[in-house]
Amino acid sequence: MKYKILNFLRQVGLLLLVVWTVVSLVTLLIELVPGDPAIAVLGDNATPEQINTFNAKHGLDKPGFFFTYTNGELKWHGADNRYLDYWKGVLTGDLGRSFRTDRPVLGMIFERYPNTIKLAIAAMFIAILIAIPLGVLAGTNKGLLIDNFSSFFALLGISLPGFVIGPFLVYVFAVKLEIFSATGYMYPEDIVLPAVTLGAALSAILTRMVRSSVIEELGEDYVRTARAKGLSERKVVYKHVLKNGLIPVVTVLGLQLGVLLAGAIITEKIFSWQGLGLLLLEDGIGKRDYRLVQGCVLVISITYILANSLTDLVYRRLDPRIRLS
Amino acid sequence: MNRLTYIGLFIAAILIIAAVFAPFIATHDIYAINTAERFMPMFTNGHLLGTDEIGRDLFSRIIYGARISLEVGIIVTLVSSLIGMVIGAIAGFYGGWVDKILAGYLFNVFLAFPGLLLAIAMVAFLGPGLEKLIFALCIIGWVGYARVMRGQVLKVREYDFVQAARALGASNMRILFTHILPNAVQPLIVQASLGMAGAVLSEASLSFLGLGIPAPAPSWGTMINSAQQTGFQTVMQIAPHVLFAPGIAIALTVLAFNFIGDGLREYLDPKQRKR
Repeated sequence: MKYKILNFLRQVGLLLLVVWTVVSLVTLLIELVPGDPAIAVLGDNATPEQINTFNAKHGLDKPGFFFTYTNGELKWHGADNRYLDYWKGVLTGDLGRSFRTDRPVLGMIFERYPNTIKLAIAAMFIAILIAIPLGVLAGTNKGLLIDNFSSFFALLGISLPGFVIGPFLVYVFAVKLEIFSATGYMYPEDIVLPAVTLGAALSAILTRMVRSSVIEELGEDYVRTARAKGLSERKVVYKHVLKNGLIPVVTVLGLQLGVLLAGAIITEKIFSWQGLGLLLLEDGIGKRDYRLVQGCVLVISITYILANSLTDLVYRRLDPRIRLS
Repeated sequence: MNRLTYIGLFIAAILIIAAVFAPFIATHDIYAINTAERFMPMFTNGHLLGTDEIGRDLFSRIIYGARISLEVGIIVTLVSSLIGMVIGAIAGFYGGWVDKILAGYLFNVFLAFPGLLLAIAMVAFLGPGLEKLIFALCIIGWVGYARVMRGQVLKVREYDFVQAARALGASNMRILFTHILPNAVQPLIVQASLGMAGAVLSEASLSFLGLGIPAPAPSWGTMINSAQQTGFQTVMQIAPHVLFAPGIAIALTVLAFNFIGDGLREYLDPKQRKR
């Protein structure tokens, strides 16, 4: 029991360390901007007063960190610095105000976040819908034509980036067959093409996993027992094998939820899907709204990290063999 | 080695030939704009793959694009594998608190962070450009090599011949370079091949997002991006090949290096070969 708590604490500690690093990185990113961020945002014709007001409003007139090191001289600035301010903001749910629109960054993010989550969940759903039947078929017919086909499909899914799959799907289903529209989300079915694009890689990974886990489980003793007592092959596979075989799949699903949320940016750009990725790309990077970029990167990373850690925890709960080892 | 590996090697060979002899293979000037011949279909007026949104020859641009892809891929793979090997070797060889900080903290931070997002963030603040792109990809790329290197060092350093070398009074450096490194190199080659695929894909992704190599350069990702910017729907209707051609080039390149990596892994690991 004591060991268990210690282990848990160590995990939480690592999680906090990672989050601390991410927040620090995001805070200090703005130092990378070549030249003055205020000029980058306001333009070359900005008057010194405009620049000063801008810097004062967004805290850019303060030093970036506790100390600076210039020309071999260490200068201590004390607690009144941007790094600490950003931390105070993060802990009170304030990610600053947008450089462009002057709105709170967190509000802008939460406006768009539901769209990205919707897309990620749809992608995951489609991936499962493809992967489980295909993986089971491949695993139970190891070495046969259907197995080779599924391996090929998985390889394509893993290797093809979204900006290749997306246009291809649009060409086939929107331009030629005219089943779906190419962009926009006027109708509920408009989510299908972006979701397939985003979920393609995941469905490929899952197919491979389901396949290998079905093959592995089919060799276990309990399968022989189930067959010996006269269960139909269908029942053996779907009631016994799949149940055990899905444990690793659950982990990958959780891990991939983070990947999907973070990777949605490419899909969102292809289909002009108004999610968090497009906010980061167009309103943030495109308009040099650095505060917004910081906020988006922070929120996406934290989601990703939390999804990963939660999966890890669920995985340990699910399988007693893992919990004990 | 299976059939797919040979396919991968074949595609990679074509890519290298295309990149090296691009000036001789290309049929047109890749920067020559001809607005009278926008979105020409394939095989017209001497344009093998047609023309793009401002009338440039698509085939020539794809050929030159191989240069950019391979250049980024090779530099990123070399630099990040070198950084990764050094850091991984230090973590594995010295162990103790050095290992705790490097493998326990630094590796985990980089693995816990979505790689592409970090690259996007860095390029967003640094501005676009080839060098900055390579820099960003190296920052996210090294950790894969470091992990492999550390694992190998941990394994190999317990072997008898390393113990024997130590007993004979060999220095740490000598043990690391003449005994451990040659034994750790195999999985690193596999990792490098897969890393090459990853680097090419990341370059294309960032360029597609408009954060990689700036516009007139014939980067495959940039080509898809600029074609899409003239109107996704229009391009899809009248000239989908402008989007597909660079897309297929990217896909083939990534597939090729993945094939080679998988094949090498199988070849170098007899345990996997039997299956």
